[in-house]
Amino acid sequence: MSPSSSIAAEPGAVPAPDEHHEHHPSYLVDGTTVKSWLLTLDHKRIGVMYLIWVLLFFLIGGIYALIVRLELLTPGPTIIDAMTYNRAFTMHGVVMIFLFMIPAIPGAFGNFMLPLMLGAKDVAFPKLNLASLYLLLSGAVIAIWGMINGGMDTGWTFYTPYSTHTTTTVAPILFGAFIIGFSSIATGLNFIVTTHTMRAPGITWFKMPLFVWAMYATACIQVLATPVLGLVLLLVVGENIFHFGIFDPARGGDPVLFQHLFWFYSHPAVYIMVLPSFGVMSEVVATYSRKNIFGYRAVAFSSLGIAFVGFFAWGHHMFVSGQSTFNAGVFAVLTMLVGVFTAIKVFNWVGTVYKGAVDFKTPFAYFCGFLYFTVFGGMTGVAFATASLDVPWHDTYFVVAHFHFIMVGATIMAFMAALHYWFPKMFGKTYHEGWGLVSAALIILGFNATFIPQFLLGNAGMPRRYYEYPERFQTLNVASTAGASLLAFGFIISAIYLVYALVYGQRASANPWHSRGYEWLTASPPPTHNFVGPQPTYTEEPHLYVGPEKSEVPDAV
Amino acid sequence: MQSSSAAGTAGAPHVPHVAAHFASREVQDHAARLGMWLFLATEILLFAGLFVCYANYRFLFPDAFAEASRHLDLTMGTINTLVLITSSFTAAMAVHYAKEGENKKVVWMFVLTILMALGFLVIKYFEYAHKFHEHQLPGPYYAYPGIQLPGVSMYFTIYFLSTGLHAFHVIVGMIVLGWVTLKAMRNEFNYSNYTAVELGSMYWHLVDLVWIFLFPMLYLI
Repeated sequence: MSPSSSIAAEPGAVPAPDEHHEHHPSYLVDGTTVKSWLLTLDHKRIGVMYLIWVLLFFLIGGIYALIVRLELLTPGPTIIDAMTYNRAFTMHGVVMIFLFMIPAIPGAFGNFMLPLMLGAKDVAFPKLNLASLYLLLSGAVIAIWGMINGGMDTGWTFYTPYSTHTTTTVAPILFGAFIIGFSSIATGLNFIVTTHTMRAPGITWFKMPLFVWAMYATACIQVLATPVLGLVLLLVVGENIFHFGIFDPARGGDPVLFQHLFWFYSHPAVYIMVLPSFGVMSEVVATYSRKNIFGYRAVAFSSLGIAFVGFFAWGHHMFVSGQSTFNAGVFAVLTMLVGVFTAIKVFNWVGTVYKGAVDFKTPFAYFCGFLYFTVFGGMTGVAFATASLDVPWHDTYFVVAHFHFIMVGATIMAFMAALHYWFPKMFGKTYHEGWGLVSAALIILGFNATFIPQFLLGNAGMPRRYYEYPERFQTLNVASTAGASLLAFGFIISAIYLVYALVYGQRASANPWHSRGYEWLTASPPPTHNFVGPQPTYTEEPHLYVGPEKSEVPDAV
Repeated sequence: MQSSSAAGTAGAPHVPHVAAHFASREVQDHAARLGMWLFLATEILLFAGLFVCYANYRFLFPDAFAEASRHLDLTMGTINTLVLITSSFTAAMAVHYAKEGENKKVVWMFVLTILMALGFLVIKYFEYAHKFHEHQLPGPYYAYPGIQLPGVSMYFTIYFLSTGLHAFHVIVGMIVLGWVTLKAMRNEFNYSNYTAVELGSMYWHLVDLVWIFLFPMLYLI
């Protein structure tokens, strides 16, 4: 495999943008002042700013993760005291969930790609789009201020009544999360309206790229679930400051009510994290298999199906809270339905790869990792939905390993795949394919090495969130920490060659992967208003590959 | 691009142009309406969380809730309900006049709406002041000797949280309507351009609607 030559500019490619470069500069160079970036209404620049910030938050969350893993290297105290450890795993969870996994793909790639995929010049509400970025950042500033001034030791689930009584700084962090929730609602609302109103002539609902379908389903969850989280966070903040007692059993309050309201958001939030990943992967698998996506409608509708069923599955977080056996049974069945819809997707992706002309590039490597994490994580999810199995595994490392596999594994794979797949489109540069594959292999291996020992630990009975543990768990904990180091090393390599590519990379052509996706119908990087000259025509489906030959797909239209 | 901005509006006074990323005026208005409906849905879900809290604690403490609700001032609550329903009517009339381009009447209708909103808040203030005086307050601040049933402080917690959140929305609504009134004063609205009036009124109807649920929930049952 020749690393980068295959995706370099090809002769005769991209006629329009280069000829008219003077009149239609790319969005990256159209205005170079700091103000032109910070106050931009261009969805592409907003997407790039999201990308920069979520990467920073990923770094912060990752550092907390490494602190936690290092602490668990030995059974007793290792590098930090117990209170610091509690704060570290709480902040790891809060930062990773609210500041990385929820905003990452919709914020960075959704913002950038959604209008391009719909043939639109921008999202429906560009000012709201910019506002949602700044809401995210102000929420982050408030939460991080709280972390520096005391931190919080409740775990990211903020369970009452502990969170209303702890003396650590709960209020600013929860208030920060509340504001971040508004950002999420604004993004979701914007995407729904954009999908309804901004589709170019020719793009019917069933000609929308599957990434758009996934973003649409995600946006529905964001709009319908986040307000409830907003309310419950406000209640806990009020409770923490004024001790109203609404969730405090000492005053007649009901802590299980908190759990109902919290998980009504936070379980669908899992699908806010993984549905965008499913969308990314549908694009990636079609492009690199050179085949039309198998069962387009089934994949599209299963996104909506997951979004819908996701709202009725929250009760499986409360199997041991004293709810009735009947309730547990109902929630178990509803939870398992999510597995049915996910299986539809997985079978369709496998069907797409089957007899495809696979081009094993970096994003496809991440697709393979993704498929494995989704199936493994999803299957353990079905096991967890079984109430009788949930009881012994409850609050052990088995839970930690399960949700890291499905939420983090799948999301990270999709995030990295999206970053590599769309890198040429976003920045007009190519990266080194060989290093891409090396780093993908390290990340996938590192991830397994981190979390497979945790499955074993949980099965052996090690509880989550404990500071000290019996001697016999040490071997597996050391293995897990070693895996985390490998994982971090993989990300560092990615960071190095991607930054190198930004500065020294070869210029990318408009469609280096010969993809049929609509977003490749414009230059790389796109001009400010997305398309130069007449709008492209959309007469074919977005994933329609008539044969395995690359030459059948024009480099640019 | 196909800037078929509502044929016939060319030359009409103060028609703001269609934003560059929209294909037409109709699409822009459709997007604005859809966005507002979605936003209102999120607002309803925000209050729905409080309704769930109410239902839960009413189920746990039925006697305390029934007793405490009889200690709210039904007269003031009823007056406030009437004030809000009337203000919703004037807000709807504003949309009607905006469609006809009668900006002066739009201004009057919104001024009336805002005044009634202010009246609502004044009445609410007197209710709150009375509650503070009697120490019918949330959680640990509850010290009213009249009712001593388990869970009664929870009723007042929910009372203050839900009416407080609603009052906050009344204030936001006044700001929104004030902003639209300023636009009407600049004579901006006509038969093809009245989306801002429509959306402002929709927000106000939501504020009214939430109260229509809060009133029976807290005062009547």
